[in-house]
Amino acid sequence: SVNPDLASERQTASFSVEKLTVLLDGGVEQTQRRRAVVEAIESDPVFSRENQYFQTQNERYEAAVRKAVHLQKKMHEMGWTENGPEYKYIYRALSGDVAFLLHRVFMRSISVLGSDKQIAKWIPLATQHKLIGSYAQTELGHGTYLQGLETTAVFDTATQEFILNTPKISAMKWWPGDMGRSATHTVVFAQLYVHGKCYGIHPFIVQIRSLQDHSLCPGITAGDIGPKMNFEHIDNGYLLLKNVRVPRENMLSKFCEVRPDGTYVRQGSQKINYFTMTTVRISLISDEVLTPLMKACTIAIRYSAVRRQSKLKPGEQEAKILDYQTQQEKLLPQLAAAYAFHFINDYLQELLNRGYREVHRKNFDMLPELHALSSGFKAVVTQRCTAAVEICLRACGGHGYSLLSGLPSLYTKILASCIYEGENTILLLQTARFLIKCFMAASAGQPVPPSVTYLAAVKPGKCPARNKLDFLSPDIYTEAYQHVAVRLISSTAAKLQDLIQSGVKKHDAWNQCTVQLVQAAKAHCHYITVKNFAETVEKLETKAGIQKIMKHLCDLFALHGIFSNTGAFLHDGYTSAAQMDMVTASYLDLLAVIRKDAVPLVDAFDFTDKNLNSALGSYDGQVYQRLYEWAQRSPTNQMSPAYERYLKPLLHNTLSKL
Amino acid sequence: AAAMPVNADLRRERAAATFQPELLTHILDGGPERTRRRKEIEALVLNDPDFQHEDLNFLSRSQRYEQAIRKSSLMVMKLREYGIADPEEIYWFKSFVHRGRPEPLDLHLGMFLPTLLTQATPEQQDRFFMPAWNLEIIGTYAQTEMGHGTHLRGLETTATYDPSTQEFILNSPTVTSIKWWPGGLGKTSNHAIVLAQLYTQGQCKGLHAFIVPIRQLGTHEPLPGITVGDIGPKFGYDEMDNGYLKMDNFRIPRENMLMKYAQVEPDGTYVKPLSDKLTYGTMVFIRSLIVGDSARSLSRACTIAIRYSAVRHQSELKPGEPEPQILDYQTQQYKLFPLLAAAYAFHFVGAYIKDTYRRISGDINEGDLSELPELHALTAGLKAFTSWTANAGIEECRMACGGHGYSRCSGIPDIYVTFTPSCTYEGENTVMMLQTARFLVKSYTQVSSGQQVTGMVSYLNDLPRQRIQPQHVAARAVTVRINDPTSLVEAYKSRAARLVESAAKNLQAELNHRKSKEDAWNRTSVDLVRASEAHCHYVIVKLFTAKLSEVSDAAVRAVLTDLCLLYALFGISRNAGDFLQAGILTSAQITQVNQHVKELLAVIRPNAVALVDSFDFHDVHLGSVLGRYDGNVYENMFEWAKKSPLNKTQVHESFHKHLKPMQAKL
Repeated sequence: SVNPDLASERQTASFSVEKLTVLLDGGVEQTQRRRAVVEAIESDPVFSRENQYFQTQNERYEAAVRKAVHLQKKMHEMGWTENGPEYKYIYRALSGDVAFLLHRVFMRSISVLGSDKQIAKWIPLATQHKLIGSYAQTELGHGTYLQGLETTAVFDTATQEFILNTPKISAMKWWPGDMGRSATHTVVFAQLYVHGKCYGIHPFIVQIRSLQDHSLCPGITAGDIGPKMNFEHIDNGYLLLKNVRVPRENMLSKFCEVRPDGTYVRQGSQKINYFTMTTVRISLISDEVLTPLMKACTIAIRYSAVRRQSKLKPGEQEAKILDYQTQQEKLLPQLAAAYAFHFINDYLQELLNRGYREVHRKNFDMLPELHALSSGFKAVVTQRCTAAVEICLRACGGHGYSLLSGLPSLYTKILASCIYEGENTILLLQTARFLIKCFMAASAGQPVPPSVTYLAAVKPGKCPARNKLDFLSPDIYTEAYQHVAVRLISSTAAKLQDLIQSGVKKHDAWNQCTVQLVQAAKAHCHYITVKNFAETVEKLETKAGIQKIMKHLCDLFALHGIFSNTGAFLHDGYTSAAQMDMVTASYLDLLAVIRKDAVPLVDAFDFTDKNLNSALGSYDGQVYQRLYEWAQRSPTNQMSPAYERYLKPLLHNTLSKL
Repeated sequence: AAAMPVNADLRRERAAATFQPELLTHILDGGPERTRRRKEIEALVLNDPDFQHEDLNFLSRSQRYEQAIRKSSLMVMKLREYGIADPEEIYWFKSFVHRGRPEPLDLHLGMFLPTLLTQATPEQQDRFFMPAWNLEIIGTYAQTEMGHGTHLRGLETTATYDPSTQEFILNSPTVTSIKWWPGGLGKTSNHAIVLAQLYTQGQCKGLHAFIVPIRQLGTHEPLPGITVGDIGPKFGYDEMDNGYLKMDNFRIPRENMLMKYAQVEPDGTYVKPLSDKLTYGTMVFIRSLIVGDSARSLSRACTIAIRYSAVRHQSELKPGEPEPQILDYQTQQYKLFPLLAAAYAFHFVGAYIKDTYRRISGDINEGDLSELPELHALTAGLKAFTSWTANAGIEECRMACGGHGYSRCSGIPDIYVTFTPSCTYEGENTVMMLQTARFLVKSYTQVSSGQQVTGMVSYLNDLPRQRIQPQHVAARAVTVRINDPTSLVEAYKSRAARLVESAAKNLQAELNHRKSKEDAWNRTSVDLVRASEAHCHYVIVKLFTAKLSEVSDAAVRAVLTDLCLLYALFGISRNAGDFLQAGILTSAQITQVNQHVKELLAVIRPNAVALVDSFDFHDVHLGSVLGRYDGNVYENMFEWAKKSPLNKTQVHESFHKHLKPMQAKL
């Protein structure tokens, strides 16, 4: 039975939860398909994650391999395919807890970087799992800065082979997933040398394990890099290459080729490479970032509606902690962020699709803007959502600290997204470079891409709000965000120019402005998010209460951003001190309004209990009973050798003799 | 392993420092003699083969618990063998043995024994103390329940007195009343001090403490009526058997209630305690320890991140030149140096609270409790402020180490998971901030009614004089000098005064509109927390600034002054809105502050490594491959990884179990 404290929250919903779920999924058909996939996965005990919090690294890895193998069978049974519409729901239903994820990256890199001949040779092998692939780019000494990679591939004309080497310890491949124990092949990125000349980083297919007995191939040292904060199920690995020879045909050669005589040839445009990176950065937002945040919000908000602590009114029952303003102020902005970024993800996806179409028509004009947006949003969204999950974790007090709450593993997983696919600070600086360039172009009256046209229309002025209700007008707050973005971008551009004019070298000037540049890039992304949220709300249907509640969340997201960064908005007097008090008042009022719909708003994310895998967040709210029963199954409650070995001698008193 | 030469980058960094790190270490330790003694104890532990073991990162939770129990028993014996009895020295010894991690006897040593000493009658001490001292009795302190933590009055466990047998009957009447979280309860302890609602003669007399045997001496099996176990896996605290305890009509003799203060007589008559002020003292003490712990944990994370940033080279700053140390990037400095400054600030704040507590507890014995309420209110807020900052700061340090920070070999994940519960235990941080706020509002009300207040809140005395001016109009001429810490203390003071006043006024406005005091308080609580934060921030800047004049060595004073300025200015930069809104600083000044922060980063840069060396963490204690003193990071990461459990066999068993059959089928 459902805990009455949760049941009552659901009775008063101001909108249709089902309609909102459909909106989030993108249509009734998608919702149905997702539910069917979830049902098929969750009814199969092999995919259960119930014991995962009790498992060691070795057990997690084994379970993940088992699931990956079983998944092949399941997909076959269900008629699902790797490229079918079900795939993303499978990943969500498994919570990513499955091995061979890098196998897909291996295949994609061959499809994108390989010649037709290479594709024809390798893709069928990979599809049938005759081999297991990985993707070896990062090294001990180098991550985001790819030009710095140190692995070498020297072409030997005599044998028509590349000789791959790890010349020093920092050049060892480090981190690639599935490489520590599983992979038989990997794509190694290495500096290509032909006749003593370095041609930069190129990809090579290298076999690392025997297809018969899985033992390491000659010249290969590989293994697992050891325990991490999460991803225990993945065998992130190291790889040391010592005079490993691969045939000339193993260099992926869609864009560059080494001819038999050692001639190096470039062909086609490399710009498509950037497009791949862009695609990956955008696609991780929904799978790796939004889903964990939505889960964390679901757990923390449901738990806060069940947990009662202290009294708000004398003589009454203890209050739900969700009724405390401070608790609302912790959780509800995170909920608003989840929705805001869901809609920004839609926006980016749409842009990406347009990009695809243009690239197909050999038009690469959209790429700089897409690249800048994907970098900036990857950084801003991962950083903000990681912080949000941590807030949810801590808002659950002591019980949040138990793995059984589900929150620690959500946190340790999402936070990796701040690092992989480009370190966030570096990505923000890439966005900033684009913004500065566009600002200069706009100032010179040149055309700029659509997302930055606002830089051309700089209008000084003051925030026109006269009372706190004015701050619930999207025009008012969107313009405030725009003002801050323009101010930060233009003042940093001016600073850069000043420095350069005063004789500072360009790169030094750039480094001296990087803190400001990062802030400018964030302000830009924040502005686009608010603007997009407001525009999305505008277009929503007014039926079933959806538009109204989304408008509240949009207001909350925008005002929370101002409230927690007042300095940026007060600077230069755009917003006055009195207006800032209005912002605060409106913001705090909104908390109480959204409070009423908090539980329905997380219900709309539509996670099953199995998927949440949390003692605190289950739909029925039977928190304490579940926690108690689950804890009793912990392996630490089996008889431990510690008693016989250490406790007994201790208690039986070897000490009193001292 | 043969000693490798220190990495050339780190050698260069150390040679370029403008001050002697040992001198700063002495200041942090409280004098050269304390440093010497600390290192002596450190050597006792580190040279003892009994305390050496495999890297804990590679052990399962049960194995980690086992290691911890093994070391704890040895530790107790050796402490006595060496005659180490000073609390601080015991703390060092323990922390070196367990490398800064919790251990299963923590609650026995830190709560059970001290509670016996302070709350047991002489007769009870005779019965329990020596057996507990000799570890025949191992006890824990069972307060928190599933349903209640910081809000103690809500605890549901009952102890009902039965005069016919002269026993208390203990019960866990609901699921939510099950004791949950106490350390050492799950597997280690055979006794617990249980906090329960006392019922006698049909009346509830509130929370009292009872000594409850839970496991059979000899077999260690749970006693009939007792259900006890481990609460399962957690984010961290793998060594600790945090436990649950459910009691079902479990009877204990009347004499097992701790009766030094309150008593239940044989016929059931309840005798009230004289004063409950005394328990304040313990809370203040424990919270002061958390402030110190915030400083230490943040210092450890900074040590790792800064040394690693000096060793790691990446990308290019100048075209054509070799890859620079990542510590040379402004963005990296901006992430790390303000945290380094905060770590120093918190060290001094921790030392201040400890000294003040010592001074006041001297007074308590002589009956002068007048300073206690303020110290209690202040430590609540400072506990929250410093633990929040350190919690976020440790994570920033980890992020600043990029991918390798995410590996357990960096040591930062462990620092984080061990530290983060301090935001919750010993008083949930938001609740703590609101306690401080209560004191601030009370002080403000006193000032408004014409009384003077003293101590750290005395700045509130100035408010009525300024009240002629309407709020938000610049109340005073802008005279802040951004190069002068003393002047910045004044700026922080004004900010705190403004935010306290604004929260108090908003509270009053709510009270005028609504009936219930609690409701009004709740509707103002976000403002109140902000006011408390501003107050704590002011206190920290003030204490850091005050510390500078005590430093005699000019070179050390210079570098600490840079850090103090950075701490204060960075805080202004981050909270610029507060200073702008209250008219304490102009936009132009904020721009100057931002610029000066960046200049300070460059000034501190040459001393960064020496500043973390001064924390003087031994490599074993630091537990980080990235933060090693010698900087030989990559070689040792490889060595470390080879020991991973997944690498135990050349071909993992999953290959034979799953992979091979699949490949055969496809």
